[in-house]
Amino acid sequence: MTSKAPNSYSMVVESRPSAIVGVCEKILSKLEGNSFSKDDIFAVHLALEEAFLNAIQHGNKMNPAKKVKIDYSVGLDRIEISMTDEGNGFDPESVADPRSGENLYKPEGRGLLLMNSYMDVVQFNERGNSVYMSRCKEKPYLTESQSQTQV
Amino acid sequence: MAAIKPRIGVEYAGNATIVTFTDEKILEEKDIKALQESIMYVIESASGGINLILDFGNVRFLSSAVLGLLIRVSKRIYEHDGKLRLCNINPKIYEIFKITRLTKTFDIYKDVESAAKDLSKSN
Repeated sequence: MTSKAPNSYSMVVESRPSAIVGVCEKILSKLEGNSFSKDDIFAVHLALEEAFLNAIQHGNKMNPAKKVKIDYSVGLDRIEISMTDEGNGFDPESVADPRSGENLYKPEGRGLLLMNSYMDVVQFNERGNSVYMSRCKEKPYLTESQSQTQV
Repeated sequence: MAAIKPRIGVEYAGNATIVTFTDEKILEEKDIKALQESIMYVIESASGGINLILDFGNVRFLSSAVLGLLIRVSKRIYEHDGKLRLCNINPKIYEIFKITRLTKTFDIYKDVESAAKDLSKSN
């Protein structure tokens, strides 16, 4: 029988926009393997893209010598991701709300809003160069006995 | 030679120019830049203000960088006294527009026909 226990993985990639493609392939295939819904996969994909773009643009300033470390674990009902860049960090509280006033007409500044909207938890470390995100499956896996209890 | 991606299709219907995104995913920075250049070229090539319809029918995934592209495109169109309509946006992508409140900024229509009809009324 295939093990369904949570598995933790780690990878380090270069500060190139295209580097996220391989990261997404690995993580999203594990979500598919654990029967996460298409909505879950869309949400995690979007959060990964936005977090990675923030890490390489604002964190590593597109410096190819700097790396981004991604740690993740995919369980039956939850995915957890940590993404850490080599930048000086930032204060997420200082990011303006892109939905208000003239910010609505600015071409940038929506990544953090989307991460917060599509993941259940988004937390930055004190320095602000590492983000932890998690999302629970929309339709959680229930064991046979749990299913019977729910009915 | 490798195909140039992302591609767009350009059609003309009445007083409207319809630009269709042909790729399912619009993500990479270089692709977004190329896409922006292509659309800007269409806008600049029009004589006078363009009536542009952007057809998202093929698009299944995009990031916030594409929203930035749309803002830049809309600014350029309005500078040229043109009009912009978006259409055929699938529900998951529309959700991104709703979350970012860009549904207030852009005129979004169900399909090309309804967007074109609106543009024909306003001229």
